[in-house]
Amino acid sequence: MKKFINNVDDFLKESLNGFGKAHSDIIRVNFEPNFISRKTKTKEGKVSLISGGGSGHEPMHGGFVGHGMLDAACPGFVFSAPTPDQMQAAAENVDSGAGVLFIVKNYSGDIMNFQMGAEMYSGKNDSIITNDDVAVEDSTFTTGRRGVAATVLVEKIVGSLAESGGSIEECKKLGEKVNKNSGTMGVAFTSCTVPAAGKPTFDIGNDEMEFGVGIHGEPGRKREKIQPSKTIVNNMLEAILDDLKPQKNEKTLLFINGMGGTPLTELYLVYDDACEILKSKGIEITRSLVGNYCTSLEMQGASITLLKCDEEILKNWDAPVHTAAMRWGM
Amino acid sequence: MSVNFLISQAKNIQIVIDENAAEIEALDQNIGDGDHIFNVQRGLKLVVELENDIKNLPLQKGLNMIAMKVLSGIGGSSGALFGTFFMSMAKTPDLDGNIDFNKACEMVITGINAMKERGKADVGEKTMMDVLIPVSEKLNELKSGNTGMNEGLSEIIKIAEDRMLATKDMLATKGRASFLGERAKGHIDPGARSSQLIIDTICKSLINK
Repeated sequence: MKKFINNVDDFLKESLNGFGKAHSDIIRVNFEPNFISRKTKTKEGKVSLISGGGSGHEPMHGGFVGHGMLDAACPGFVFSAPTPDQMQAAAENVDSGAGVLFIVKNYSGDIMNFQMGAEMYSGKNDSIITNDDVAVEDSTFTTGRRGVAATVLVEKIVGSLAESGGSIEECKKLGEKVNKNSGTMGVAFTSCTVPAAGKPTFDIGNDEMEFGVGIHGEPGRKREKIQPSKTIVNNMLEAILDDLKPQKNEKTLLFINGMGGTPLTELYLVYDDACEILKSKGIEITRSLVGNYCTSLEMQGASITLLKCDEEILKNWDAPVHTAAMRWGM
Repeated sequence: MSVNFLISQAKNIQIVIDENAAEIEALDQNIGDGDHIFNVQRGLKLVVELENDIKNLPLQKGLNMIAMKVLSGIGGSSGALFGTFFMSMAKTPDLDGNIDFNKACEMVITGINAMKERGKADVGEKTMMDVLIPVSEKLNELKSGNTGMNEGLSEIIKIAEDRMLATKDMLATKGRASFLGERAKGHIDPGARSSQLIIDTICKSLINK
């Protein structure tokens, strides 16, 4: 394992320390329990948005704390859900009285810990569960689809509504709409290495890729031989379009997300391929996002997220945002 | 059962889990993401370190402190589930008096029921509940029956092992392994394995007494 580490046990603490120092104009980091909150207090009447999850997906979620997005984020150990006391403390810290909306990715550990946190918090609260990963078959008898990159879009769009005074019910409704209208498919070329494990999470041949990979290196639909980008992108988009079934000329946001180890050069190439394929299918791309937003440590690979957009979604997407990882309009 | 009993069991379990850590980690990397063993090891270490703070406390208080430690110190599914286990055990009525075998059974049953509720998982879903639920059912039988304690504990060891092994051929419908579909078949569930080792260690230490 080659990583910037002093001591494995201090990995998270030191990284959070650095994050706090680097972005002291926007956020502050609280330790024991760990949470990241905005530097300024939540204004009265504004619903607070809190997300969180295992670390190792940076900039998600701490990088999205700030104006127009989250009020707080609770980082767990690498790839392990945060603990209920973190959510409780974050909620008590940021809630201005308008209530807290938790944004939770659909993973068993996250669901259980956020549920317990919500039970422990005495103020008004509700939750949105994201589950955009089309690689996983959904069924009422299973854990269901994973919450992956579209969580970023949910946090941005709902964050804007909350900023402009949306109620907790309105925020939840919009969040659920964004989640329902988005689909994500991921591919990995290499594994990631969890610091505590010290070795790669899975073995993969030099000429292989994992199609439908999750954001913790957990396997997806199938292991395949690597192919030209156009073919990979086409297969990813087909899986998404099968699920989302967009209308002809429907407006969409195309989000190419890097898993951490793939350069932007390649992500833009993927974007180009995706544009061409979507154009040939008569799907209109009206907004774009390209970059490393929902990563899996140093994994090489990318995910594609397509979001069907209506006016409400577009308006809230375009609204100003000022966080460590996303900033426009202000 | 007393706080000292819990601490000494945690120490025994720590040794056994450490001995089998590589195997559990490998199982988790096959069908999960590899964090389970670190979560279990971290949890045991935290409980053992609590010794001086809780050794003189009444059982209910000790259990609650263990629950909060586990809940806030582990994370992931294991933290929520084991935290729930201890928190619910502490809610068993009448913990002030002497805790005999029947009372201890009742506590464990209460704890496992709460885990089942929290995780919304039942038997046959390739999780630790495949081991814990049948063990809880057996404890319920022992509690009201007239099987000797040693014999009962031996049966539990056997049930835990059989149920752990049975997860190998299951399809997972809960947890991260559920994302694998058919590919999860052929691997024992790491949570079932760690739970079985914990049960095995506790039962064997009681039989030898």
